[in-house]
Amino acid sequence: MVVVGAGIIGAAIAYECAIAGLSVAVLDRGPVAGGTTGAGEGNLLVSDKPPGPELDLAMMSLRRWREWSEEHEFEYEPKGGLVVASTPEGLKALDGLAAEQRTSGVESLGVAELAEYEPHLAPGLAGGVFYPQDAQVMPALAAAALLRHPRVTVHTGVTFTGLEGGERVTAARTDAGRVPCATVVNAAGTWAAEVAARCGSDVPVMPRRGFILVTEPLPRIVRHKVYAADYVADVGSDDAGLKTSPVVEGTAAGPVLIGASRERVGFDGRFSVPVLRRLAAQAIALFPVLAEVTVMRAYRGFRPYTPDHLPVIGPDAAVEGLWHACGHEGAGVGLAAATGLAVARGLTGADPGLDMSPFRPGRFA
Amino acid sequence: MKVTVDGRDIDAEPGRSIAAVLHADGLRSWRTTRVEGSPRGLFCGIGVCFDCLVTINGRPNLRACLITVREGDVIETQEGVGRA
Amino acid sequence: MPDADLAVIGAGPAGLAAAGAAARAGLTVVLLDPAERPGGQFYRHRDGDDGRGHHHWRDYLRLAGDLEGVHYLPGHRVWHAEPGEPHVLHCLAGNRDERPVTVRAAKIVLATGAHDRALPFPGWDLPGVMTAGGAQALWKGQGLPAGRRVVISGTGPFLLPVATGLLKAGARVAGVYEANRPSAALLPLALDPARAVEGAGYALALARHRVPYRTGRAVIAAHGEGRLESVTVARLDRDWQPVPGTEKIVTCDALAIGYGFTPQLELAVQLGCAVEDGPDGSAVITADAAQATTVPGVWAAGETLGVGGAVLAMATGALAGHAAAGTTPPGALLRRRARQRRLAAAIAAAWPVRDGWREWLRDDTVVCRCEEVDHGALKRAIADGARDVRSAKLLCRAGMGLCQGRVCGFPVARVLGVPDRPNRPVAQPVRLRDLAYPDTSRGEHR
Repeated sequence: MVVVGAGIIGAAIAYECAIAGLSVAVLDRGPVAGGTTGAGEGNLLVSDKPPGPELDLAMMSLRRWREWSEEHEFEYEPKGGLVVASTPEGLKALDGLAAEQRTSGVESLGVAELAEYEPHLAPGLAGGVFYPQDAQVMPALAAAALLRHPRVTVHTGVTFTGLEGGERVTAARTDAGRVPCATVVNAAGTWAAEVAARCGSDVPVMPRRGFILVTEPLPRIVRHKVYAADYVADVGSDDAGLKTSPVVEGTAAGPVLIGASRERVGFDGRFSVPVLRRLAAQAIALFPVLAEVTVMRAYRGFRPYTPDHLPVIGPDAAVEGLWHACGHEGAGVGLAAATGLAVARGLTGADPGLDMSPFRPGRFA
Repeated sequence: MKVTVDGRDIDAEPGRSIAAVLHADGLRSWRTTRVEGSPRGLFCGIGVCFDCLVTINGRPNLRACLITVREGDVIETQEGVGRA
Repeated sequence: MPDADLAVIGAGPAGLAAAGAAARAGLTVVLLDPAERPGGQFYRHRDGDDGRGHHHWRDYLRLAGDLEGVHYLPGHRVWHAEPGEPHVLHCLAGNRDERPVTVRAAKIVLATGAHDRALPFPGWDLPGVMTAGGAQALWKGQGLPAGRRVVISGTGPFLLPVATGLLKAGARVAGVYEANRPSAALLPLALDPARAVEGAGYALALARHRVPYRTGRAVIAAHGEGRLESVTVARLDRDWQPVPGTEKIVTCDALAIGYGFTPQLELAVQLGCAVEDGPDGSAVITADAAQATTVPGVWAAGETLGVGGAVLAMATGALAGHAAAGTTPPGALLRRRARQRRLAAAIAAAWPVRDGWREWLRDDTVVCRCEEVDHGALKRAIADGARDVRSAKLLCRAGMGLCQGRVCGFPVARVLGVPDRPNRPVAQPVRLRDLAYPDTSRGEHR
């Protein structure tokens, strides 16, 4: 089989399919982790998802990530997430969400004394909820580690150009020749619509731009992933305009990462100083100690989003042998493990372990 | 003019960079790296490489090659990320 | 309303010439530079400097003394350049206790210069090892020798003024090791009287001090406990692979290394200017005959177009100033640019960087100094699918540190076999508070 895309989704599918006994060729026009995987923080979050199919997928994924982390080195850090509310009303809503999430298996803990968790948080916040299951990985390293499986071959710098075959796929065409196969998986992330079009199909995946600020290396002054309750609303927002909410986290390597912004501006890769300014101001409001810290770099990525903000996972509605696994928006790293499992199980006729119908590619027709 | 380096008084020629003041005093390194703890000092000398980081008047991670010395500067060598 | 018709970034020979030419043509000009005094790297100097040791010093004095109508802002580092109408330059003023300053200008001339290119080898991270430009800056800007007994290694004509500078500063120069063997290729330079005289002066100074100048050799390792004590010099074959059995140890307390220069292009890339491969393997700004970049209202001058020295920088700077002002430049400027470009091309051809330096690396040799990434880790990243500088950074952290790959970008790109394309949206570290709450008063104006 052929997987198009050497990001975390493609890597996870290749790895799980290889474990299931398949031989996998992974193609990417760029390097490993060269797209959105290389531009994300590597969140494995359950805290930011209301109950529903995405949270179920995230819970399944979290278990698999934990197993992967025992076999591979990719800076897996189960540091936990702390969601904070500035007002009593906000805290009440947060507690309500946490109670609902508990029915899906999400562990959480109300926190009245925020300073016990994060000594440098701004005073005056109403409170928060701690999610011990939230974790982080270094996503590029994770993709590389998974792609090292002996039954996986990686072809970087190779562009997928289309399918061969009539009723069924018989080969993938590339600018470096054809690769015979019965299955092609579109794991091209933000560029998945382009890949689907080359297969005579379509998936409605579009880019949503985001920026991240990276500080100079610091001692561990931010212990967890810390974000404001507004973040959950922004993630699910349908607003095309700029949304920013403070997301601040320390990393094992030293730098603190500061997000998060969301804008629908197509593939406009230009930097936006006003967005960077907002991210900085919000981070300082949450952690005043950061005011004197320097930002050493910034990066931007394009999250792949779909009209209903759920990923597209499963066989194409029309083209036999073509599968899609894309459109995970800002949760691709977190959802990658379950996506890989579900595709591998689907391709080998096994039970996916979850109702995958909310993610089926044909749902937008 | 007088400045201190890790509490030691030294003479500094006015107009010089902090890096030059330290170099003139015979120092060749004034910080250690955060992974290996290796000593570092001047490398590019023009603000590009960030090797010559130093703490000046309590502010860490400043490029010693870019900053002109001032009377009474409290200069401190630093380790790792430069902060406690 | 923009603060000025034109912002010139960089007050070296190119920027000074651009600012002067544009101001004389009637534009209001802001000249920004990170240093506290003008001159850039080429005319780095100190109080009371009489100009000895500087070439074309009188040209510099003429340029620096003719800034009437130019609003010169020393100590201004641009951390981000935003294209638009007007263009917006986000700066930090002052090298300590900096404050944010925003400058708006209808037009920009980029004269951001270049920095030294270094190649890694075992021990290059020992204190006492410096870039050639760093050693030169210590002498020209601070009046200090890099050490008592100094070795110089690398390639290119720049090693010679570094050697004579160190001699003037009172150091002993234990040897100058030029990796190339640029004999026949020097002929075009001999046809340039100014450079021939300059070269003869260096040769004389080296001879007088009995400084060995050896071609086809380089420092391939540095040794010492906590600071530099000695280096290994080896003969190199044509591809710069060390010839076994030719190694010798030279004791020294300082080493200056220089393998050419890398243009500083982050602001150009932020503005959206196209860049291309330069003649010496580093990226340069793409510009037309009138010094215009691919972005409307942005011109480029000096070393950002490829390293060519002060005379070429002054010519391209003046031409960019004329172009920004819309005035016709004197024909002599165009002829000087053409002639100096031919010389620069000859120099680039005579002193290339050959790939054999990679044989100097061991697996445990640090490649990225900031993140302390060694050659073995870089090789593993390549095996894992790193194909460009960005993916190498993601997979092994090379270039992820404070210098953002300015130092390791060239060698990492060479190991990968790809062009080094600078992409640094935040060109200078900026405090979060300065980012969050910028000064709204804009640049100060007289």
